[in-house]
Amino acid sequence: MKIITCIKQVPDSEAKVTAQNGQPSWGDSPLVINPFDEYAVEAALLQREAHDGEVVALCLGPESARDALKHALAMGADSAILVSDPALGALDTASAARILAAAIQKIGGADLAFFGRQTLDEGTGLTISQTARALGWPLLSFAGSIQVEGSKVTVERVIEEGKQSVSAALPAVISVVQSIGEPRYPSFMGIRKANKAEIPVWSLADLGLQAPAPVVARAELLNPPERGQQCQMVSGETPEAIAETLVEKILAEKVL
Amino acid sequence: MKIWAYIDHFQGQPVPASWEALGAAKTFGETTAVLFGQGLENLTQLALEYGADSVLVVNDPVLSEYRAETYADTLTALLKTAAPQAVFFPTTTRTRELAAMSAFDLNSGVLVDVTALEPNGEKIIATRPVYEGKLFEKVTCSGSPQFVTLRARAFPKPTRQPGRSGAVESASTQPKALTSVEGFTPAETNVNLADAGVVVSGGRGVANDPAKGFELIGSLAKALGGAVGASRAAVDAGYIPYAHQVGQTGKVVSPDLYVAAGISGAVQHLVGMRSSKVVVAINKDPEAPIFTQAQYGVVADLFTFLPVLDQAFRQKLGK
Repeated sequence: MKIITCIKQVPDSEAKVTAQNGQPSWGDSPLVINPFDEYAVEAALLQREAHDGEVVALCLGPESARDALKHALAMGADSAILVSDPALGALDTASAARILAAAIQKIGGADLAFFGRQTLDEGTGLTISQTARALGWPLLSFAGSIQVEGSKVTVERVIEEGKQSVSAALPAVISVVQSIGEPRYPSFMGIRKANKAEIPVWSLADLGLQAPAPVVARAELLNPPERGQQCQMVSGETPEAIAETLVEKILAEKVL
Repeated sequence: MKIWAYIDHFQGQPVPASWEALGAAKTFGETTAVLFGQGLENLTQLALEYGADSVLVVNDPVLSEYRAETYADTLTALLKTAAPQAVFFPTTTRTRELAAMSAFDLNSGVLVDVTALEPNGEKIIATRPVYEGKLFEKVTCSGSPQFVTLRARAFPKPTRQPGRSGAVESASTQPKALTSVEGFTPAETNVNLADAGVVVSGGRGVANDPAKGFELIGSLAKALGGAVGASRAAVDAGYIPYAHQVGQTGKVVSPDLYVAAGISGAVQHLVGMRSSKVVVAINKDPEAPIFTQAQYGVVADLFTFLPVLDQAFRQKLGK
């Protein structure tokens, strides 16, 4: 089975991100593989273990995103490809989807293409569906478990309302949720292998694409408004007295 | 402007934020509510009562279960013949896919999970949280129509006017199914955190007696007519199911009142509740980071304080 897992590099969740001259800045906080994408790598590895085959990790991003691919390799992916080009400025999701779809085709297609459910940076959750649309493959989103039999894949979708079983013919795009299983830690051998791995870089020209013209564009990046007041600590002689004061304050807010 | 408002539902149950999107659409111009599925009479009437100027219905057995491709094909086909300036949606797992696919088909784009809107001629400037709510961006879409999904509870819900009527139009399309729905098991408890006006959440602070702790939290939530939330630590420890988790890897909530009991306030939790209007934190540790996000704080053990608070609320609210 041929499996592609699409990953992205994002600032660490603990990073303090601020807007500086219209650009996001995370100081010297590290860039990491998008935490949800680790589940996508895990899902890909589980399928390889069940059906043999190979796992290719694919990333669209700057040169520094190599580290995210190395993490996927260290977890156990067989190979990795970085799509990077100086012409890639502010991408919208549709452009990213077209580029990912073209890269998946250049790899030679696949049986399954995995994504994490969302990224921590832009957090649109749109690129997954748009990549499926660009490929013309079915989308199976929010998969908590995956069964492949012959040319058919069935997933259990974990949605707000419950669990839904949905099937499709391969090839398919699948986004995964945490119940797929905790991502494995990179092994010592895996890290050594990842450090030695050659990661090819594909440009837009390699994919036969022009520099994309985004339809959605950012006009402004803003820091959130400061919280108006400091925390008011409510104290009193007894828990009853504190509770009474607190209830009065909350009722005065007129939110109930 | 002519606007479409897509009414999201699951098996005929409308997502409450659909009405918020409909209300927001009305502030921009003449609004057509758009409904896909099977047997949509009730929803059609509701859309009119929540203020739709007209309703466009696609009633088709193929659409009886939501599937991304069939719904997107349907929306794309309709938009090829009509030309609203924008399509509004409530932000849900379904509409993110539907809007993404249809916008892709039409070479347009999606402004997603929007918390504020401003008109700019025929264009819309949308504000949305990025980097887990640490920053906000203003975005625009140069394609047409502009697809806009609105975050639940960020826009007011219009008042329902029972008996209101309006034009209802039907359409049919030929969507292509790529997936089959083979079964469904409803969630044991339907936890509707995103639409809740009050959320009472528990964290690691319940560790001494998790069952008792969440019983107290549940009781307070009930007294306030709210939903029960939890931190990731509480969910990971198995104190409460994942459906209750608030935070980066759980749900993002923006209630009018958020009560955090025994939650220290890890970044991963704060990003899930920072847009709440009023935050009350109850924690034994006066240094807990949750207090930096709260308007009101009480340094106390939740096991002793919650029953007293519960009692005080019930007395004041006459319950």
